[in-house]
Amino acid sequence: MFALTADQELLEKTTARYLDSKYPSDHVRDLARMRSPFNPEEWQQGAALGWTSLLVPESAGGGSVSGNGLLDLLTVAYQFGRHAAPGPLIPTNVVAATLTRWGSDDQQREPLSGLIDGSATAAWCAPQRIDDSRRRCSDVGAQTSGAEIVLSGKLSPVEGAGDASLLLVPVTEPQGRSYVLVPLPAKGVQLAPLASVDLTRRFHEVTLRDVRLPVSARVGQAGAGDSYDETMFDVLATLRAAELVGALQRCFDMTLQWARDRYSFGRPLASYQAIKHRMADMRTALEASAAITLRAARAFGDSSPDASVWCSAAVAYVGRVVPEAIQDCIQLHGGIGLTAEHDLHLFLRRAVVDTHLGGSPADMTQRVVQLLEKAQGARR
Amino acid sequence: MTDDVIDIEEFATQARTWLAGHMPPAPRVSGSFVLTSTNPPEELQLARFDKCRELQRRLFDGGYAGITVPQQYGGQGLTPAHQAAFNRELVGYDYPAEIQASTFIPCLALLLEFGTEEQKQRHIHAILRGEEIWVQLLSEPGGGSDTAGAVTSAVRDGARWVINGSKMWTTDARYGDWAMCLARTNWDVEKHRGLSVFSFPLTTPGVDIRPIELVNGSTEFCQEFLTDVVVDDRDRVGEIDAGWDVVTRWLYHERTISGGSPYVTGRGNRPHDGPYDATEMIATARELGTLTDPLTRALIGEAHTLSLVMKALAESVTKKMAVGALPAHAAAMMRLFSGTMNIRRAAIGLEMAGSRAAAWQVGDDTFAQLGSGYLIRQVSCIGGGTTEMARNVISERLLGMPREHRNDAGPFRDVPRSPQAATTR
Repeated sequence: MFALTADQELLEKTTARYLDSKYPSDHVRDLARMRSPFNPEEWQQGAALGWTSLLVPESAGGGSVSGNGLLDLLTVAYQFGRHAAPGPLIPTNVVAATLTRWGSDDQQREPLSGLIDGSATAAWCAPQRIDDSRRRCSDVGAQTSGAEIVLSGKLSPVEGAGDASLLLVPVTEPQGRSYVLVPLPAKGVQLAPLASVDLTRRFHEVTLRDVRLPVSARVGQAGAGDSYDETMFDVLATLRAAELVGALQRCFDMTLQWARDRYSFGRPLASYQAIKHRMADMRTALEASAAITLRAARAFGDSSPDASVWCSAAVAYVGRVVPEAIQDCIQLHGGIGLTAEHDLHLFLRRAVVDTHLGGSPADMTQRVVQLLEKAQGARR
Repeated sequence: MTDDVIDIEEFATQARTWLAGHMPPAPRVSGSFVLTSTNPPEELQLARFDKCRELQRRLFDGGYAGITVPQQYGGQGLTPAHQAAFNRELVGYDYPAEIQASTFIPCLALLLEFGTEEQKQRHIHAILRGEEIWVQLLSEPGGGSDTAGAVTSAVRDGARWVINGSKMWTTDARYGDWAMCLARTNWDVEKHRGLSVFSFPLTTPGVDIRPIELVNGSTEFCQEFLTDVVVDDRDRVGEIDAGWDVVTRWLYHERTISGGSPYVTGRGNRPHDGPYDATEMIATARELGTLTDPLTRALIGEAHTLSLVMKALAESVTKKMAVGALPAHAAAMMRLFSGTMNIRRAAIGLEMAGSRAAAWQVGDDTFAQLGSGYLIRQVSCIGGGTTEMARNVISERLLGMPREHRNDAGPFRDVPRSPQAATTR
């Protein structure tokens, strides 16, 4: 769906083949019963396929296959969505991209190279400050004392914190918002597991109590967090959208096959116009979702002035239509679609998380208008 | 493609310079699309069509008319990418928006595909110079979406044909010069196999054009009554009784108005989104004092998001069709999306404006457009083939789901028809 070049096709095919072999749906369901569905060995094999290096420039040990790493990564995220695959694909890549852009020389060595080769993974909690009064998921204060920075507060929900060796924490300092890279485990960091709709990802509430780190643990400038967020939101939004497209693709394919195979009143379901028309709507929503996601990644890679509008619009649209379309897939399956035995729910679960973690479609819709206003103000 | 084709970047740079020196800026509100129409009086409409002819002539003189049309017919012989580059440069300038549909698509496109050499020599140059505006006589009062059920008849009389019947939903027929017309030439075969396509000047005796008044006051569409209209056989387009081959492409080109046609200059016949453009919506909310209201902002954000998705979808589907990753029928997805997007935006516009769009100060165009735009909004799901038909095309042609049962497989003479389409000759 997203591969535009032969190299991207290869990346997507090898990823699809690998995920097919490691994560057939029976196994995905088994993962639900494990304490952690994360398998470090399999993750490292994925890293060797390129999952973690695309947003990092060659000079820092990464590399894109097309010159636009985010565009490349869409093909991987799409396959993650299609398989409801475990593994901290999005947080690891967002943190890698952050360290690449704003990390110190030291941070660009060991922590980053570990993320790239898959020996380490990262967790991140997106600061939801679209509207500061609502649903804050991060509230961590930081104070410098001498050569140390001391963090206290809470983050929730944080994906993959239980398996991560790096935690990127948005903090509030007297100078403003900043980012601090916390190596895990660390003294004063407590993880409390959360229950979740997603079976293949784990979420935690992270409590930090007087966590003391050298000031060099800060990523980038003190007080520059707000401006970093804009870029991180764009990467995050586009990858979430790509996973959502993959989840819908899988459900759509299952439903089309079901409509052909299932007979009622002596006719296949697929012969009823009421059902044909819904499949047509769903096919169009799928194509439109892929199109806006692709366009967003391209705008981001080109550093277009309106890139953030495209990326926000991607989640604003895809996050609204994909979960609804998957629910419609369930409806077209009838009762069987509601059972735990059927695979559909695996993808609905993934879609719910991707839609809401890191800014809901409603938040992203507000962000579209904010950005439009800002652009208009700038033009005047 | 030869190596001496001008590089797209260079072409765009030249176009930028040329446009700055030769084309006027876009008028702020010149919405010809019925959804945003404020229905100017006929003299103004006529003046606008004269302006379109003049703007088209300027494009021709500048070497920017028919960018993808072969040079021997007066075009530039360049690629769709050149047209796309020109269209990007054209943003902000006035251009002959109102004649893109029907003159360029489908009519010019069909002449290039099905026309005789004589027809191409005669018409393509004239179209590119702005001397011929074409209209399409396709739909009939007896049936809209069932195009192949046409009952307008053409009867052969030596080297001539005599056409009788009625056509409907012709955009701006009053301002056109030539028509492309579908007619039945054989009643004794299956309906798709008895059709032919003709062309004739709208000044031909027996052509009576009457405007249709829509619920928003628009008189853009017309109905035509054709009484013993005589057409030379040399003006037939395509083979006798093989008119459906032409119509298949006709409908295809028609669907590309939302994006992707190599023959369309600018953004088709919708120069802008009128009051539904995000900038306009923000200005309207500011005027209403509701710009800080989160619900209003959610509506504006949703409307803008939908238009971005439409843009991305048109780009992506067009590209995929060009490289064969999607079949031509995929254009139906653009048609469906643009229909559902436009009705949603009409609802958003009304909701945002509230009572001001229900009753407004005379001359307050924005609120007039938002109010009457809502009344007429289903036009975007009906005109140019209904969204129901688009859903059939997507499910049957793209997804391979079973075709609908039909009751019209035998000789057309025996097919049951609506009373309005009962004429059998």
